[in-house]
Amino acid sequence: MTSAVDVVNRPRTGRNRIGDSAQRPDGVPKVQGRFAFSSDLWADGMLWGMALRSPHAHARIRRVDVSAAWRIPGVEVVLTADDVPGMPTYGLISQDQPVFARDVVRYVGEPVAADHPETCRRALAAIVVEYEPLPVLSDPEMAIAGGHPPIHPDGNVLRHQRILHGDPDATGVVTVEGTYEIGMQDQAFLGLEAALALPDPGGAGIELYIATQWLHEDRKQIAACLGLPEEKVRLVLGGVGGAFGGREDISLQVHTCLLALRTARPVKMQYSREESFVGHVHRHPAQIWMRHHADADGTIVKIETRMVFDGGAYASTSSAVLVNAITHAQGPYRCPNAVVDGWAVRTNNPPCGAMRGFGVVQACFAHERQMDKLAAAVGLQPVEVRLRNAMRTGDLLITGQPVESVAPVERCIRETAAIPLPPALAEDCDVMAIPGGAGRTADRTHIRRGVGWGVSIKNIMYSEGFDDYSTARCRLADGVVTLHFATAEVGQGFVTIAGQIARTILGVDDVLLEPMDTRIGSAGSTSASRQTWMSGGAVDAACRKVRERLFEHVAAGWHVDPVRLAIIDDAVVDTVEPLRRIGVVEATAGVTFEETVEYHHRPTEDLDENGQGRCHVAFAFVAHRAVVDVDPELGLVKVVQVATAQDVGVALNPLSVLGQIEGGIAQGLGLAVMEELIITDGRIRNASFTDYLLPTFLDAPVVDAVFVEEPDPQAPLGAKGVGEPPCISVTPAIVNAIVAAVGRSIDRTPVRPPDLCL
Amino acid sequence: MNEQYVLRVNGSERSVTDAWLGESLLYVLRERLGLPGAKGACEQGECGSCSVLVDGALVCSCLVLAASAIGADITTVEGLPGADAGLTTVQQAFVDEGAVQCGFCTPGLIVAVHDLLERNPSPTELEVREALSGNLCRCTGYGRILAAVEAAARAGVQA
Amino acid sequence: MAVFVPSSIEAALAMLRDDPDAHLLAGGTDLMVEVNFGHRRPESVIALRALAELRPIVYDPAASIVRIGAGATWTALLDEPIASLVPALAEAARTVGSPQIRNAGTLGGNLATCSPAGDGLPVLSALDATVELVSAAGGRAVSIHEFMVGVKRTARRPDELITAVTIPVLEGFQGYAKVGVRNAMVISAAGACLAVDRLGRNVRLALGAVGPTILRADPAEAFAAEAIDWSAGTLAPGAAEEFGRLAATTARPIDDHRATAAYRRHAVGVLATRLLRRAFPA
Repeated sequence: MTSAVDVVNRPRTGRNRIGDSAQRPDGVPKVQGRFAFSSDLWADGMLWGMALRSPHAHARIRRVDVSAAWRIPGVEVVLTADDVPGMPTYGLISQDQPVFARDVVRYVGEPVAADHPETCRRALAAIVVEYEPLPVLSDPEMAIAGGHPPIHPDGNVLRHQRILHGDPDATGVVTVEGTYEIGMQDQAFLGLEAALALPDPGGAGIELYIATQWLHEDRKQIAACLGLPEEKVRLVLGGVGGAFGGREDISLQVHTCLLALRTARPVKMQYSREESFVGHVHRHPAQIWMRHHADADGTIVKIETRMVFDGGAYASTSSAVLVNAITHAQGPYRCPNAVVDGWAVRTNNPPCGAMRGFGVVQACFAHERQMDKLAAAVGLQPVEVRLRNAMRTGDLLITGQPVESVAPVERCIRETAAIPLPPALAEDCDVMAIPGGAGRTADRTHIRRGVGWGVSIKNIMYSEGFDDYSTARCRLADGVVTLHFATAEVGQGFVTIAGQIARTILGVDDVLLEPMDTRIGSAGSTSASRQTWMSGGAVDAACRKVRERLFEHVAAGWHVDPVRLAIIDDAVVDTVEPLRRIGVVEATAGVTFEETVEYHHRPTEDLDENGQGRCHVAFAFVAHRAVVDVDPELGLVKVVQVATAQDVGVALNPLSVLGQIEGGIAQGLGLAVMEELIITDGRIRNASFTDYLLPTFLDAPVVDAVFVEEPDPQAPLGAKGVGEPPCISVTPAIVNAIVAAVGRSIDRTPVRPPDLCL
Repeated sequence: MNEQYVLRVNGSERSVTDAWLGESLLYVLRERLGLPGAKGACEQGECGSCSVLVDGALVCSCLVLAASAIGADITTVEGLPGADAGLTTVQQAFVDEGAVQCGFCTPGLIVAVHDLLERNPSPTELEVREALSGNLCRCTGYGRILAAVEAAARAGVQA
Repeated sequence: MAVFVPSSIEAALAMLRDDPDAHLLAGGTDLMVEVNFGHRRPESVIALRALAELRPIVYDPAASIVRIGAGATWTALLDEPIASLVPALAEAARTVGSPQIRNAGTLGGNLATCSPAGDGLPVLSALDATVELVSAAGGRAVSIHEFMVGVKRTARRPDELITAVTIPVLEGFQGYAKVGVRNAMVISAAGACLAVDRLGRNVRLALGAVGPTILRADPAEAFAAEAIDWSAGTLAPGAAEEFGRLAATTARPIDDHRATAAYRRHAVGVLATRLLRRAFPA
């Protein structure tokens, strides 16, 4: 077992090849404050845009009067639903969300009319909208029961999907069950939504600098709404200040472009934090009932579950999130029989969609609370019951799909268990080390320590027949590699490993990256832990093709068969006569090789009506063990340590992998103990950083991580995506640790102080 | 509007013209003085992304009324001592130790770490955590930031 | 909008006299949030940052009083002499926001805003502090108990400037404790300051964030004065729990998105019990 920190601290070659903890190419400008985030962009003659948002969760628009706003000096344009030249709606999977509300608003914060610069706020205040409030549908069960009139022409059920697998009537001698509640989490990326649109002369087209996760999907939706052909809409990635799923949907893109086209001037829009909270989708709140049947020794016989996901007012990715949740209901455990009923419904709550973990977070919370209950019911330790049921490569999922990925679940658990526990609280510890921190709420004697476990499985890449390919171009000239791809760098570090891949395959040191934009084909979304595999695969393939061309070129000069050539120590070498060699820099002097490659993963299938089908591409696994200190009387928690062993395939950049692990754990911790958007009658009551609490430096635990490196033969570089697994099972691990500390069952997350002490 | 005043930023006198006097120092630095290093992520002092030094004190520039900062010495990430000649020790440590992901919180953290290490050149882990508890980071979980601060402290800050 | 940066208290008072609607700007940690969000568009602002006269902290040993300038920042209150003279205030200061907020925010600003969750206020209440107010017409001293009128309402007249707070220096334990859901940078869901006056043989307990303004827990205080063996410095068995129970009955909390009323009441009782135990360890 090698700890992640040991791997990160391996002597560095300084060559920034695969396996090195190479430095980010954007690291220097970022520490200098010179890196241009989309909110930093600026253009001569630029105007500002803002949107007026609905104060109602559900209302009919009686009248919109923008005349007073037009009269304000400095206001250049005011747009309403009548000004959308193309498709009036957009959406990732189903285009059900209006660019501007017309007739009806369906959630608090829906854009109603957009306008412009520093006088924007006053202009917004001058716009008159008369609403007739309508009954608010806020209860997902009401949407399922059909007890509320449709709030959208598409109806109130976004998706209903069953899974029936094995013998639905199978029973076990032991059953455990619970009803679990997962709160609405926000991605809360720090870099607020921002975009700058530059119109072409005559309004024939537009260029948009945008912080997004998926340039080409944005372009498709924007072009449709603008009524322009896609080639007239060019997108360039503006610096992205984090994403975590919250930039997968359209937010201000269409508004910014419309304003720029109408004014024939550059227009910038950026959200405030409050607007960001209402302007992007959130993690679905969910209610999950789950029952496990097991043999007396704890072997799982059957899982039954009913999952209800509140999608909010618009569809976004709810149907895919739901499928992810229900197809991961069994967790990383063998389960021969299953009866699963999943619902994603429409309500007048804020729309929900993608967030790191994408449905699996909710499912995992339920199955990992269940595993602790099962352990207690059969008299096993939490670790033992998980080991007893741990999935292996080749096992069948409840969808009937075999797990063909490397599945080192047992190893993840054992290596996590082998990580030393942290020392007990010192007699003279600082208050900052105790739950409550500077608040001095407790003394050491009030504190109880608990240990809890969580283990998870996560699909990587998109599912259900979706071909989420990626495109990369590699050019090699004069010893310098230039890479071009549209992969959204949102902070995860793809720009780092892309260079590492090129250097390793082509034996060069100098790699340049072209701007990420739509001049090249789609890279798919930076989501679903997919870019290392997909765009890494595309860069790898493009570089290999260029290498073939290089070998052909050199081989022609040497009059040998190119298959004899290899790159060794940055030189093209004839492996048959190894003294015959030429440095790559020298070999490429004055010549250029360029190749563009699309990388596709293997096809997947839709689920049938019983939820059967090979719907996922591949899987990654992780185990978490959390140690918490709890003040049971006040219900305050401090997470002391999270130990984790994660199935990464191969750590292409150990430092980046560790960063993903630590960052994901902090987000999972947030969902465990503090992060929740509180909604009353469709209204978010805590849309600010004062009241939506993110973990601070004093809340983040010590993370002791181990990489489980078993290269996945399906993966182009043997490497699995590492972004999502860290944030999934850490949440139930922390909650299970709290339960262990206080001896009270808690079936909702985040855990609130009164849940522990009242 | 049409107001004019002068701020002393990174050692230079900078005129602010045609300003609305309600503007925060953050806004003026970014939108009027061409210094986008300070970032806005909450505009209420809850994230630390906009951290700057005003008369040597680490503050959130979003909570400083720019027009009230006349006569004060304002230092932004662009003007940290040593920043003009390449990277400061702290900046180098952030790059080396993987403390940067999306990088949005980074400039504010760099300023905060400079401030910390100037006052306390060899802080304990808890002291680091407390001193930086006003700087939210959503990407890193703070682990590599802690490593960077420790590395910078070992190397000694070049003030 | 106009911004004034007076360089003397006299100048500030003259401005206030002429324009009583002017907003006073100290650390900016409250006012600037409202300006940034467009919730408030002041016509004129008087910024106090140049008034060095508002910052000194002066101890008068003869009178056993410490006088803290209203412009003293939380950072200034963390250290000596406050850490020794008024340790509860130093503890409260450490719980305020973040280092950035503590470098900007002032005690005077805490008083002027008078949020029920203001961290300095329970300490000032427990210690029977006096607030010094000055206007162009003259000065007055107001008891903290009369100064705090309600939720974000004070006895300060629009033409007055808070210049200082005087706090009696007591002999005996004092402590501040505050509950928030996060381990740093969090608004109080319930807070309490306990101060023991050994010479006066009494105990003071002030509660924060559990009522429209800071509440003194009179029944708990009266109970504690009796339950303590002042000569031995010990507490009767079970007295700390009863003290907490009585404190909770004083609370008049509300439900909001930060905490439920039931939790606030419970928490403030627990804090009271624990503070009294800290004062009189078994």
